[in-house]
Amino acid sequence: MTNLLQSRWWSWGFRSAVMLYFVVLIVLPILGIYGQSFSDGWPQLVHNLSDTLAWQAVLLTIKLAVIATLINVLIGTMAGWVLIRYRFPGRQLLNSMVDLPFALPTAVVGLMIMLLLGPRGAVGQWAEEAGISILFHEPAIVVAMVFVTFPFVIRAVQPLLEEMDASEEEAAYTMGASKAKTFFRVLLPAMLPGILSGAMLAFSRALAEFGAVVLVAGNIPGRTLVASVYIFGQIESDNPAGAAAVSVLLLTLSFLILWLVGYVQARRMGR
Amino acid sequence: MRKLWISATYVIFALLLGAPIVRIATGAWADGWSGFASGITRPEAQHALLMTGMIVVIVTVINTLFGVMLALYLVRAPWLGKQLRRVLNSIVDLPFAVSPVIGGLMIVLLLGPDTVIGSLLSRSGIDIVYALPGMVIATLFVTFPLIIREVMPVLQEIGDQQEEAAQMLGAYPWTIFWRVTWPSIQWSVVYGVVLTVARTLGEFGAVLVVSGNILFRTQTATTLVYQDVENFNLTAANAVALVLAAGSVALLLFMEWAKSRRAR
Repeated sequence: MTNLLQSRWWSWGFRSAVMLYFVVLIVLPILGIYGQSFSDGWPQLVHNLSDTLAWQAVLLTIKLAVIATLINVLIGTMAGWVLIRYRFPGRQLLNSMVDLPFALPTAVVGLMIMLLLGPRGAVGQWAEEAGISILFHEPAIVVAMVFVTFPFVIRAVQPLLEEMDASEEEAAYTMGASKAKTFFRVLLPAMLPGILSGAMLAFSRALAEFGAVVLVAGNIPGRTLVASVYIFGQIESDNPAGAAAVSVLLLTLSFLILWLVGYVQARRMGR
Repeated sequence: MRKLWISATYVIFALLLGAPIVRIATGAWADGWSGFASGITRPEAQHALLMTGMIVVIVTVINTLFGVMLALYLVRAPWLGKQLRRVLNSIVDLPFAVSPVIGGLMIVLLLGPDTVIGSLLSRSGIDIVYALPGMVIATLFVTFPLIIREVMPVLQEIGDQQEEAAQMLGAYPWTIFWRVTWPSIQWSVVYGVVLTVARTLGEFGAVLVVSGNILFRTQTATTLVYQDVENFNLTAANAVALVLAAGSVALLLFMEWAKSRRAR
């Protein structure tokens, strides 16, 4: 009996320790940052957010993240579809390469893009002659965001296409639908949930991206300063309240997106 | 039409993924072998790589232990109510939505030298922020969901009938875990561990904020690359970046191998 009791005590202690670790590591920091930004009340939070540079940074981030997401929806859907539907030499290699942006350190990504687009790179020279500035301007930030979020749409679309029967597509085609019509009426609706959730994840990641962007953005306040770099700058200049205010705004947005993705996926499962 | 789509895909992959990798590899050799070697053998690079290695080992061990256990609890434990389990399950994903910089800021706000906990700890001689413990905590936060998210679906899929049968036959929980549960989740754990190592190796934003990027003390490989670029020391930055990139590509290849094993 004592033995049993002892083992029960042990297992309770063990369980509590694991759950405590979970709460302390994940929940506490998130509550902490909300607490910090609301600690001086609403007016102070609004004051911190109404700093021109702060909301300009947030707006710029949202704008560029939307552009990057749209690009990814286009090329991601295409690449996902090609990698599943067609068999061609090198397919396996390309399919493995999709995960590369997730594996590479973001600071390394930033350096790579900086070198590629810089004045000594081929693209940089060409752009300079054409009179476009890429590096340290908005296009470089979009390229960084597209690179970092590249796998999301592909990986969300692929399982849906794999699940789908090729016969549906063939049936539509043999019944006289044109290729374009088959795509828009049969393939696209099947891929849409994947495209949507992949796009939302990509958007949320693009909003949060720091390492790849900080090296290529130039970080000119009001023009190429994105939200995460703004937060970093506020921390460096010892203004945690300003950093926390923008963080809370960004976090709330990301949490909403995450919740939306979960909701969409739950709807699909429940169907 | 078919040819067009395939070549378009090839072009996108070559431009977006291939070109940067090639550029970093050639960039590290811009000043020949000696440039690469001196970039890597600098004392600050050696120290930074050692720091990164230490963080990888500590974070991977802690995350594997707690990750597997939490995945088991979140799928199986009857002592957590169904509602509570659902809430906890959605909390697991939160670090994915948090920008690394914000993750670092959270640790500084909670444990920094100006806070109650931070000042108490520093009085007793333990530094958290701007030292290794803070960097480990920040990385733990960022990599937290990876293993859990790999293991949970497998646990849900295999169900608990085999485990129940083992329990009926009188096996101890420990034996059940090693003999029944572990064999079916081992490849997911391996996969999750590889993801964790890759993410830890490359973690930048959170570590930069928490570490303060102090030379020879808290500088990691990624923050060294950042500092080298800021100092216009591009060849040296390339050398360290190439080592990091080679590490992540190797991990990626290993992951592909693990995937094919798991599928079998």
